[in-house]
Amino acid sequence: MRVRDHRRLIAAVALSTAALTALTACGAKQDNAADTSASAGGVKASTATSAAAFGGMDALVAAAQKEGSLNAIALPPDWANYGEIIKQFEAKYKIKVKDETPDAASADEISAITSRKGQDRAPDVVDLGIPFDRSGASQGLFAPYKVASFDKIPTAQKDPNGLWYNDYGGYISIGCDAKRVKVCPTTFADLLKPEYKGQVALNGNPNKSGSAFGGVYAAALANKGGFTDIQPGIDYFGKLKKSGNFIPVESTPATVEKGETPISIDWDYLNASYADEFKSKGVDWKVTVPTDGQYAQYYSQAVNKDAPHPAAARLWMEFLYSTTGQNLFLKGYARPVLLPSMTADGSADKTFVAKLPQVTGTPSFPASSDLDKVKGVLAQNWDKAVS
Amino acid sequence: MPSDTLPAAPGKPVPGAADGSRRRRRGSRSWLGTLPLLVFAAVCFGLPVGFVVYGALTTDQGGATHATGANLSTSLHGAYLGSLTGSVELSALTALIGCVLGMLIAQAVVTSRRGALRESVLTASGVLANFGGVPLAFAFVATLGISGVVTQIAHLGSAGWSLYSFPGLVVIYLYFLIPLMVLVSVPALDGLRPQWREAAQNAGATTGQFWRHVGIPVLAPTLLGGFVLLFGSAFAAYATAAALVGGSVPLVTLKIADALSGNVQVGQENVALALSADMIVIAGLVMAVYLPLQRRSTRWLH
Repeated sequence: MRVRDHRRLIAAVALSTAALTALTACGAKQDNAADTSASAGGVKASTATSAAAFGGMDALVAAAQKEGSLNAIALPPDWANYGEIIKQFEAKYKIKVKDETPDAASADEISAITSRKGQDRAPDVVDLGIPFDRSGASQGLFAPYKVASFDKIPTAQKDPNGLWYNDYGGYISIGCDAKRVKVCPTTFADLLKPEYKGQVALNGNPNKSGSAFGGVYAAALANKGGFTDIQPGIDYFGKLKKSGNFIPVESTPATVEKGETPISIDWDYLNASYADEFKSKGVDWKVTVPTDGQYAQYYSQAVNKDAPHPAAARLWMEFLYSTTGQNLFLKGYARPVLLPSMTADGSADKTFVAKLPQVTGTPSFPASSDLDKVKGVLAQNWDKAVS
Repeated sequence: MPSDTLPAAPGKPVPGAADGSRRRRRGSRSWLGTLPLLVFAAVCFGLPVGFVVYGALTTDQGGATHATGANLSTSLHGAYLGSLTGSVELSALTALIGCVLGMLIAQAVVTSRRGALRESVLTASGVLANFGGVPLAFAFVATLGISGVVTQIAHLGSAGWSLYSFPGLVVIYLYFLIPLMVLVSVPALDGLRPQWREAAQNAGATTGQFWRHVGIPVLAPTLLGGFVLLFGSAFAAYATAAALVGGSVPLVTLKIADALSGNVQVGQENVALALSADMIVIAGLVMAVYLPLQRRSTRWLH
C-alpha cells in the first residue's frame, strides 16, 4: 500500500510539474536584444532625439539595417494606404516590417507596450487615436524624437518635445449608395428626412469605435453642441433611432454591398477608399463631408521608449514624415499632417489632392480635457438614447 | 446516469451515494490523484480570477496602486448597471426558451424511429451550437436584416420586425442555444427506459401523469443543467451582439470591450475588470441556486 502511495505521489508531482512547465514556457520573457547600434558619435539610437543627433540619415539607415526588422502593430493594409507604405519602406531600406494584429485598437497597442516591456516582441512604433497619444506620453511610454520636418507640423498637432505628433487624419463623412438612395444626403439635417428610413449606420459603437465617436461628435457640432458638449449629438442619434432611420448595425464593406447600410457615417478616407473598391462591384459610392458638422480627427505616431529596434523605429518615423510617406497617406485619401505646407511648396501630389472630399476652412481640434469630459457623458448616456 | 452527460460543473458526490463510503476507506493520500487537475485549475482559472478581482479593487494613479471600491460602485451604477441587467434578462429568457424547445426537439428525435434523422439532427446541432461571432451576425443580416432576403419576401419590416433589437438578439441566440440543448438532452432522453412508461401504463397512469411523476423528475437534472449551460453561453456571448446592435441593446460583454479595448474610452480598464468580477458573481449565484436543486433532483435517480 505504502509503496503504491509513494508512486502515486511521484506521478502526481511529475504530472503537475510537466503541466506547469508547459504553461509557463510560452510566457517566459526573452531578453531584449541589447541596443548595440551606437553611431560614430557614440550616440545610442535609443536616446537619439533626431537623425542629426545620431550622425545623419546615412548613419541611421545603416544602424536600422543592422537591426534588420521593425515591429509595427495595428496597421490595416487597407487603412490610409498602410499596405503600400509598408511595402515601400521594406523595398527602400531592406528592413522587414512585422505588422502584428492589423485590426487591433489603440488600447491594445498601449497594452502591448506596457505588458511586453523589455521583450523583443514589443512594438517599436505605434499609430494611436486621440487621446491615447497624450495618455501614453504622460505615462512615459514614448521616446522624444523629432523628424526632419518636425517644425512644419502645425503646433496644435504635436507634442512640443516630439513624444507624439499627428500623422494623418480625415473628416467625418457621409457615404451613400447612389443606386439605392435617390437623393444622397449632404448634411446631418438631411439624414432626419423620412426617406432615409432604415438606411443610416455608423461603423460601430461610439463607445468603442473612433469613427463612430467622431460621427456623434460631428452631429453634436451640427446641432448647436460644441467640443465640450456632445449631448446634442447623442440626442440627435436618439431621434434618428426613434424615427427608424438609424440602424445600430456595424457598417462594413460587406453590409454596404449587401445594401443593408446604404448610408454609412465614417472617416472620409475610409469611405473614399471603399468607393474605389465598390466600383468593380457595381456600387456607386458617393462621399460628402457634411457641411453642418465638420469634425476632423488625426491619428498620431509615437516611438516606444523601449523599442527593441530603436534605429529602425526612428527611420520609420523619418519615412512617414518624408514627402514620399506623406504622399502615400494622401494616396489612401487620408489627409497627411504636412498637407498645408506641402500644398504651399507644391510637393503634394495634385492628382490625389483633387480626389479628396471637399471641405471648407481649417479644422479645429478639441482639447484632451474636452475629450475626457464628453467621453464620460457618452459612456453614460449613449445606451439610454438609442435603446 | 443522465446527469453524467452534462458539461456543467458537477457537484460533490451525493452523500451516501454508491461509492462515497468506499472511497473514504482508501488512504488519506487519494487526493493526490487530483493534484494535476487542481494545479491546472489554479493556474488556468484561479490566476485569471485573482487578477480580475485584484484589478477590480485597485486603481493605478501616478504609478502607485491604491485599493478602492470606486470601480465596483461605478460598475453597479447608470449605464453599466443597465448592461448587467440587460445581459441577465437576455440570457435568462433565451436559456429558458432554448431549454424547452431544445428538449422538445430532442424528444422528437429520440422517439422517431429513423436513424438517419437522428444522426443528421445531432450532426447539425454539433455544428450550429458552435456557430457564432461575426459570420453568424452577417448570415442573419443577409436573411433577416432590413434588406434581408426573408424580410423582403415575407414583408417582415411592415410587421414591425427589426433584427437590431432585443427580440432580434433573442432569435439569433436561440439559433445556437437550441442545438446546444439538443446535444445535452438526447443522452438523457435515451436514458428514459421504455419499461418505466410500460410500468406506468400498466398501473393505469395517463401520459400526463407519466410525465409529471416519472419523466420530468428524471429529466430535471438535465433540464436544470441545460438551463445553466445555456445561460452561461448566452451571458458570455459577445461578437454577434457587437456586430449587430452596437450600444442599442446594453450588454455587459459589450461594455467590457468598450472599456478594455476600444479607440475611445481611456483609463477604464479597472472598471472593465470590475464588470468582469460582477459577471463572475452572477455566474456564481446561478450555480449557488443550481447545485442544491441539482442535488435534490438527482435523488430521484438512486
